[in-house]
Amino acid sequence: MDLGLLEELTVTGALVGAMYGLVALGIVLIYKTSGTANFAQGAIAMMGAYVVWAFAGAAGLPMWLAIAVAILLMFAFGVAVERTVLRRMIGQPVIMIVMLTFGIELLLRGVVPGFLGSTVKRINLGIPQAPVFLGDMLINRAYLIGGGVSAALIMAAVILFNSRFGIIMRAVPDDQVASWSVGIRVERAIAVAWGLAAIAATAAGVLWGSIQGVNWSLSLLLIKALAIAILGGLDSIGGVLLAAVLVGVCESLATGLLDPLTGGGTRDMAASIIIVTTLMVRPYGLFGQERIERV
Amino acid sequence: MFYRRSGILHLDYRYERQLWPLPFDRLLVATVAILLLAAPFVVNRLYLVAYLLPWLIWSSAALGLNLLMGGAGQIHLGYGAVMAIGAYTSVHLVRFGAPLELAMLAGGLASAAIGIVFGAAALRVKSLYLAMATIAMQYIVDFTIVHLPGVSGGVLATIQVPMVRFLGFKIEGDLPTYYMALLVCAVITLFMLNVDRTAVGRALAAVREKDFAAEIIGIDTFKYKLLAFWISSFIGGVVGSVLVVCYLRSVSPDQFHLDLSVQILAMVLVGGLGSVLGSFFGAGLILFAPIIFEGLIGITAAALGVQINADLKAHLPLMLYGALIVVFLLVEPLGLAKIYDNVRNYFLVWPFRTSRT
Repeated sequence: MDLGLLEELTVTGALVGAMYGLVALGIVLIYKTSGTANFAQGAIAMMGAYVVWAFAGAAGLPMWLAIAVAILLMFAFGVAVERTVLRRMIGQPVIMIVMLTFGIELLLRGVVPGFLGSTVKRINLGIPQAPVFLGDMLINRAYLIGGGVSAALIMAAVILFNSRFGIIMRAVPDDQVASWSVGIRVERAIAVAWGLAAIAATAAGVLWGSIQGVNWSLSLLLIKALAIAILGGLDSIGGVLLAAVLVGVCESLATGLLDPLTGGGTRDMAASIIIVTTLMVRPYGLFGQERIERV
Repeated sequence: MFYRRSGILHLDYRYERQLWPLPFDRLLVATVAILLLAAPFVVNRLYLVAYLLPWLIWSSAALGLNLLMGGAGQIHLGYGAVMAIGAYTSVHLVRFGAPLELAMLAGGLASAAIGIVFGAAALRVKSLYLAMATIAMQYIVDFTIVHLPGVSGGVLATIQVPMVRFLGFKIEGDLPTYYMALLVCAVITLFMLNVDRTAVGRALAAVREKDFAAEIIGIDTFKYKLLAFWISSFIGGVVGSVLVVCYLRSVSPDQFHLDLSVQILAMVLVGGLGSVLGSFFGAGLILFAPIIFEGLIGITAAALGVQINADLKAHLPLMLYGALIVVFLLVEPLGLAKIYDNVRNYFLVWPFRTSRT
């Protein structure tokens, strides 16, 4: 076995994983505050990328402005989804809410490419094509920057959750009524979590969109994000980063080492297998809090 | 009006336990049954094969999923994969010369055996995790089928199904296929109608409502959840084998992608969780709404002289499924079946108003 190839696959995998982690971050944020998983996260990432493309490519705004506008719009979108759809489901069984978010995923996957076009769109972030040499490893510059930005954003989320604001956000899922009684606006905390999740998804969508182009297939990030969220523990933001790197490395190694044997397709399998194994071995993930149900 | 009756008077236990206590309902069921039996001689063959037959098969599949989702309250996002396992198992058995009756059962058993593994992994925790495990199952099964040449015959391969016989009848042409689908659908429907009235059905309902409460009154929650998974996967496998062996007569891996799971999920949700009738309504709406909607849009576009672009047209079904799921979950979580029920309750005591419950 070529050790150089292995190293290269590992580093690339870790960077790619960090970018998946951004999508997972949204799922974890929402789970942490409202206790439900958001199955629409993949489609929201896709929508964010489409919005950036619409402003930068179609409307001709400069890229930084397009991204800023898209982030504002997507924050508003996230808050709006929570306000108009999810809030009406409070008190319903979890299964209903999960299916509702899945319905939103389908709806977005139909509406966004349906109206904005399903052909692959280009987002140019101005990242040069030439790879970076780290020792004797070749690293794709887009992955390097994307992975770096993602890791930074995830770390920012960790720091945010340790601030005063974060303590408020953490209090909400712990006991909604109790947080209400000490003056926390529970609805607003959940809405903000949705907004932040939409921003994280948009960032992921843009980074991925610049690499593989923007079309519906960006919504497939969902399965990877789910794998990361499960592996890291659904309510652990720090866990996202480690799990993201793990999932990315597994995927990259599977692609590099197993694909020649099976004839392709193992990339998407890695995430699924990680989900099932985690559920079997350690259902609450690496850092997740075990939920004890009180009768 | 149609159902008029005053008060509820159960003279004995048998009367109370009837499936259809009202004469009007019995008449309705009989009419529908006769219509379905006579359909091949009344309806144009094209409509029979293009609309009625798929509707029966999808309704059967929706019934199977409904047992799990509506009956036991467990979510399943990979029902297409379950059907795929049944389909491939039975196709290969039929090709090896096994009789169809056996192949169907074996398909069901294979689906149940594999489906239960994924269920067991996730059932230790909450329903949220089940959603993820089943979506992972969809991808794993897809991958396995495509990448095992022994199963799929290759990535792009389509396996033709040889001539089969069922109980001595050749399943060939529209007529036998239709009756075959009708028979399977009728058996599943009868099973579903009756399962609610058995101890198992009541245990499942208890698990659905509150699993730890069920545990406290002595129901082995884990066992019943697994049982629901098993039965539902078995039905899925049988329907998958009917779909492939009798209707499509060929099988390729791309028939069973996530799209199929999504369709069946939408059927169950739109039709009504836990309702037998709802599964039929839901299957009808999900199958035909895109066709009708596309037609309507085509007419409108032609009338207005606007060109509808191909992207929009291609994504229309997905939009509709998503919109239907969201709207029904928000507005009428119990689906079309509940709407039917409301209308029925209204006429039950007409001209008096029903008390709002």
